[in-house]
Amino acid sequence: MAMATATGTPIWRITMGAAIILVILAILPQLVDAYQTVLLTYGLIMAIAALGFNLLLGYTGLLSFGHSAYFGTGAYTVAFITRDFGVHSMELCIVGGMLGTLIIAAIFGFVCVRHTRIFFGILTLALSQVLWSLAFKFFWVTGGTDGIRIPYANLSLVGGLVDFKGAGSFHRFIYAYYYYVLVVFAVSTIIMWVIAHSPFGKALQAIRDNETRARFVGISVRRYRWIAFMISGIFTGLSGILWVPLNGLTTPDILYWPFSGEIVFMTVLGGFRSFSGPIVGAIAFNYLKTYAIASTEYWQLLLGVVLVVLVMALPAGIVGTTARLAAKLGRWTK
Amino acid sequence: MTLLETVHLKKYFGDTHAVDDVNLTIAEGEFISVVGPNGAGKTSLCNVISAHLIPDSGKIIFKGRDVTHSSVIERLKAGIARSFQLVNLFDDLTAFDNVALAIFSREGKIRNMAALAHRDREVAIEADTILDQFGLASKRNEPARSLAQGERKLLDVALAYALRPRLLFLDEPTSGVSTREKDKIMDIIASVVRGEGITAAIIEHDMDVVFKYSDRIVVMHQGAILAQGAPDAIRNNDDVAMVLLGSSGPDAFSRKE
Repeated sequence: MAMATATGTPIWRITMGAAIILVILAILPQLVDAYQTVLLTYGLIMAIAALGFNLLLGYTGLLSFGHSAYFGTGAYTVAFITRDFGVHSMELCIVGGMLGTLIIAAIFGFVCVRHTRIFFGILTLALSQVLWSLAFKFFWVTGGTDGIRIPYANLSLVGGLVDFKGAGSFHRFIYAYYYYVLVVFAVSTIIMWVIAHSPFGKALQAIRDNETRARFVGISVRRYRWIAFMISGIFTGLSGILWVPLNGLTTPDILYWPFSGEIVFMTVLGGFRSFSGPIVGAIAFNYLKTYAIASTEYWQLLLGVVLVVLVMALPAGIVGTTARLAAKLGRWTK
Repeated sequence: MTLLETVHLKKYFGDTHAVDDVNLTIAEGEFISVVGPNGAGKTSLCNVISAHLIPDSGKIIFKGRDVTHSSVIERLKAGIARSFQLVNLFDDLTAFDNVALAIFSREGKIRNMAALAHRDREVAIEADTILDQFGLASKRNEPARSLAQGERKLLDVALAYALRPRLLFLDEPTSGVSTREKDKIMDIIASVVRGEGITAAIIEHDMDVVFKYSDRIVVMHQGAILAQGAPDAIRNNDDVAMVLLGSSGPDAFSRKE
């Protein structure tokens, strides 16, 4: 879609399409049960992480194997500020969590963007594992493998207007939180879409396509990579922030490298060369993983097979392949 | 008026003297060609002048200022832009986006992440004008990778031109295309460059092209300047004919044809 919009898919058509999808997402919880609503909430949350991740992979051409670091930083920052500072407002959690992620992403990014390709990937991986080992070993701060609980009942949404005390509060939380996440997701997607189609976004794509030439049209390659890295980290951090209250607990697992792998997986599944690919991939992956776990204890094996088949059969991902088929069909019917 | 001056410029790679004590002067508004056999140091000279390579010693003076140690971006701001021998484009971006990107960069708008690139009318008009000048208007929405070799060559030059440089260094703008296309490409380049009064230096192998379009020809051999002068003087220079053609005597260049 990055290319389709570049060649002039009119903006009103994109807006219409997005509005229709948003309306469907808004109606959906009325049609499905609470469990499905929770699953969809998780999917939307992960979609924000994948969108952030793909600013680096799809747009800047940098494969990070350490995005668990930013997801985890967001999650742990929320855990710390609710536990240690008694913060109840979700909005404060978001601001605090994003600040925390920005600091970590700025430091890690500064080191990582000095390199590209495999060296970049290994560095991101190594740095994320530093955070994992800290969360793992400093158990008096982080609770170690027990993690930190963040009861949803302690939180309030929209500046304290919506809280979850008393009978039936869990049910209320699930639906209220779904719409909360949906709004944050919609706003994040719009922001990322604008960034991707801005002059800055074009500069990132130029760097991806040809680093040398990008320098020779006057782009400071390293600085742009660094800024992209920070934006990417903040989006993934936001995802971690939103994930914590829903999960009710944060453990070092979300800082561990296989979690970074899942973010890579969902982005590739959806298709990293299109803007909407990571969104579709994240939601699809979330269902895939949930049902794989429910159906077999060898669920990792099942996911592994899916990934191998995917890379071999649909290298453009779900969205890329669908777009290609649609274009073929369009030519065929003409 | 002198635009660019190199003073005892040197760049060695081990025993290879890629640029060996080169004193080159380019005047404002000149169209010069740099010729020489393979390995003569033409591209190395271009690389050193455009800050792609750091010289071992010597100075580069541009518009009276010493730019020897300034970065690529500083030299672009001063007004030195270049194209590449092996086409260097943003392959997944459209021809329009390739040119627009250079304009955004030149205008300092490239940092903007809060506006849609396609909504900038000024940039769009200028990019379309440039594509038109280079005969690429019909390829506006094609990704750069799908263009033909000749069109890619032109787009590469258009990208450098869109930076509105004072000095445009073109590294073999016609290599790898058919003879007929060569003339077309050179006609376009010459008309744009002459029309806008840009100082241009092209590296070129084809002596027909060189004799036809240049004000002055600089012949390089083993990293050093062997001879320089107007096309007629170079055509009748025995040393040059010996180096470039392997034979000399009157009308060596015509006989070759």
